[in-house]
Amino acid sequence: MTHFTPIPALAGGMLIGASASLLWIVNRRVAGISGIVAGLLPRGSSRSDRRERSPEISWRALFVVGLLSGGLLVELLHPSSFGPTPVPASLAIVAGLLVGFGTRLGGGCTSGHGVCGLSHLSVRSLWATLTFMATGVVAAIVVQHVLGGGR
Amino acid sequence: MKGQSVGVFVSGVIFGAGLGLAGMTQPAKVIAFLDVTEHWDASLAFVMLGAIGVHATFLALFSRRVPGGDGVGAQAPAVRAKSPTVDLRLVIGSAIFGIGWGMAGFCPGPAVVSVVTGWRTPLLFVGAMLVGMGAHALAFGRRAEDAGGRAVERACS
Repeated sequence: MTHFTPIPALAGGMLIGASASLLWIVNRRVAGISGIVAGLLPRGSSRSDRRERSPEISWRALFVVGLLSGGLLVELLHPSSFGPTPVPASLAIVAGLLVGFGTRLGGGCTSGHGVCGLSHLSVRSLWATLTFMATGVVAAIVVQHVLGGGR
Repeated sequence: MKGQSVGVFVSGVIFGAGLGLAGMTQPAKVIAFLDVTEHWDASLAFVMLGAIGVHATFLALFSRRVPGGDGVGAQAPAVRAKSPTVDLRLVIGSAIFGIGWGMAGFCPGPAVVSVVTGWRTPLLFVGAMLVGMGAHALAFGRRAEDAGGRAVERACS
């Protein structure tokens, strides 16, 4: 059972919002993690492809390094902020595959559509967010109560 | 463009720290939010509130909105379109993403950040996520917007 923690949640959310705003100021980019990560995956193999893509890769790599650094900060200062996923590894792998594929097909995730898209008043992001919230609820209920937490 | 690089890096640090502070790096909290039937933990709603509250306010105040000028509206005409393209891919993709999210309580950001713990499950999740992304690229080919387009609609990914 987890505890309702409105103050840290709100504060953390505000940091996320500040981060997205900073990224918009300096780079005119959306802080959508799925897109940022996916943009790091190799695409074409020709030299001109790589040269063409290098600015696309560099800011993304910088951001991800920042993400991990932020994580390290948290790990050092308040490691109990991290928690294990309460489902077995096999389910986590299937979940990862679905998240990877789904975020690409849908064009975003909770940060891209949920935070940035909604803040930009995007109707597409509204539909995306409503949809993944709905299926997220169903999946959580099914896994926790029908599949007994996946065990 | 050194200032820009610093800004991007700092943005990432703040994002990662924010996720940790918000409790999003605890998948159990995410599942407790999504599983509305039992011991509901509303924390995630406050995360979204804080994030959208700050970011939407910032955009409203500081992003110039002159139509045809240099602002949110001009960058992404689709944002202001009367009939935005809410297509099947958007809905199905989001549905699939949501299922994965509800299953493990991880979405991309928190999963990547959790890698620093060295625990097995976030690593497995992130690995699988990369495979899933690769599978999409193989199946559907490169999306045009990844080639540098800056429109908000296309970049909301």
